[in-house]
Amino acid sequence: MRFMMFMKPNVSDDEWNPSPDAFAAMMAYNEELTKAGVLLALDGLHPSSEGARVQFKGDERPTVTDGPFTESKELIGGYWLIDVKSRDEAVEWATRVPHVQGESFEIEVRRVQEMSDFPQEVQDVIGELSQAPPEQTSAR
Amino acid sequence: MAATNAAIDAVWRIESARVIAAVARVVRDVGLAEDLAQDALVAALEKWPEAGVPDNPGAWLTATAKHGAIDLLRRRATLERKHEQLARELEDREDPDVAAAIDDQVGDDLLSLVFTTCHPVLSTEARIALTLRLLGGLTTEEIARAFLVPTPTVAQRISRAKRTLAEANVPFEVPAGGELRARLGSVLEVVYLIFNEGYSATAGDDWLRPELCHEALRLGRILAELAPREPEVHGLVALMEIQQSRARTRVGPRGEPVLLLDQDRSRWDRLLIRRGLAALQRAEALGEAYGPYTLQAAIACHHARARTPEETEWLRIVALYDALAELTPSPVVELNRAVAVAMAFGPEAGLEAVDALAEDKTLAGYHLLPSVRGELLARLGRHAEASAEFARAASLTRNEQERRLLLERAVRRP
Repeated sequence: MRFMMFMKPNVSDDEWNPSPDAFAAMMAYNEELTKAGVLLALDGLHPSSEGARVQFKGDERPTVTDGPFTESKELIGGYWLIDVKSRDEAVEWATRVPHVQGESFEIEVRRVQEMSDFPQEVQDVIGELSQAPPEQTSAR
Repeated sequence: MAATNAAIDAVWRIESARVIAAVARVVRDVGLAEDLAQDALVAALEKWPEAGVPDNPGAWLTATAKHGAIDLLRRRATLERKHEQLARELEDREDPDVAAAIDDQVGDDLLSLVFTTCHPVLSTEARIALTLRLLGGLTTEEIARAFLVPTPTVAQRISRAKRTLAEANVPFEVPAGGELRARLGSVLEVVYLIFNEGYSATAGDDWLRPELCHEALRLGRILAELAPREPEVHGLVALMEIQQSRARTRVGPRGEPVLLLDQDRSRWDRLLIRRGLAALQRAEALGEAYGPYTLQAAIACHHARARTPEETEWLRIVALYDALAELTPSPVVELNRAVAVAMAFGPEAGLEAVDALAEDKTLAGYHLLPSVRGELLARLGRHAEASAEFARAASLTRNEQERRLLLERAVRRP
């Protein structure tokens, strides 16, 4: 099964500034995931100052707010996508994310939904919709 | 404390192969190494719930298992002096920084373990069982359920395999020079057999059967990092990633197989396709002639790149099948080649290629031969002959839903 591990640095953009040692430790960790045959994909994200939020409220049209955002708890710094045998294995990998003394951050572990997780009605709708290759629905 | 037990299970899944490999290097017996690793696991189950999981659980397990080895060799040493010497050497070699020492050696140890569990002195079934047990960390019961055989049969296979390895004095090492390539073939074969066993699972089977595909993929991905200079390892990984990318489209709602050209391509797993293409690139970048896995991967990648069956580069695929047929001649390869020929050059040319196989005895009971022939005859407008072929294919398939579809084809007129 697939799990997404979200890195939540728990600091605002300008405080997020890992040392070269912290970077090296993170690279070693990523290599460990690769060598164990579990890493499918990973990415790091730019600071929220380069991002935006699009909010939907009730009947109003969506509103766009440019970054940076200050509530550091909600910021996501990156993710890993891993393929493991159980939730426990995913959690075990999350506890191995390198931790530089004194830093605090959070890793959120979430299971990726698969087709078979949906009820049959939903699967049928998806099946019908996906009959046309996606390329044909876009204007080219 | 249930939470800790679950954590220990997870640690075992991640670390067991490395622990067994590290201990096998010193005791030079994979059976004994597994026993010692299991003892270390039991010790962890006693200690960790109270003391907490150590910072480096893998190093803890390895150190504990090695101490167990020293104790055991000491006890035996009262009978054999040779072992006492080995025990002393072991202790002398004990590094203060266990974790660092393990890390340096771990790649070689794991590779030695793979080459041992896939040693040609063992039967194919024994290789598969031992590899899943020692490298995949699967229990005997899990292996038995996945392969639809009784647990005692697998237990016997594993214990006999360990005995065979010990009796044949199989060295715990990575084969050197030219032997490496030859022995690697046996390793890749085992991994692909595990994958295919999972791939052949049908609806209603135990969920552990399709899990075998994930096990094989994980083993393949690990091998790709252990032996990055071997193109066929990347070829096999690419082949498995691409095949797995189609897993959810290859069976219809009623359990009938859906052939490649009829599959809903929008539901192929793009992530696995991307990984497959990348793995094929790693194989090609090594600049050697394509081996059989890389050739099959290259064919699979051509299909994966085509967004519709019509966009497929059939000429390239025919050329790849030509190369594959030369390297590993087989009637099944020829039949697949014939399908590609029909797509590239028309049904007449395809039919000619299929008819060349008609006398082949190995294909005598294979339902895809008449089914392909029927398809080509229908395209040529020879409907009576096509019907007869579909009826014959229906009588040969073991899949009930497929039989129904083939019989429908047999009576349908355009």
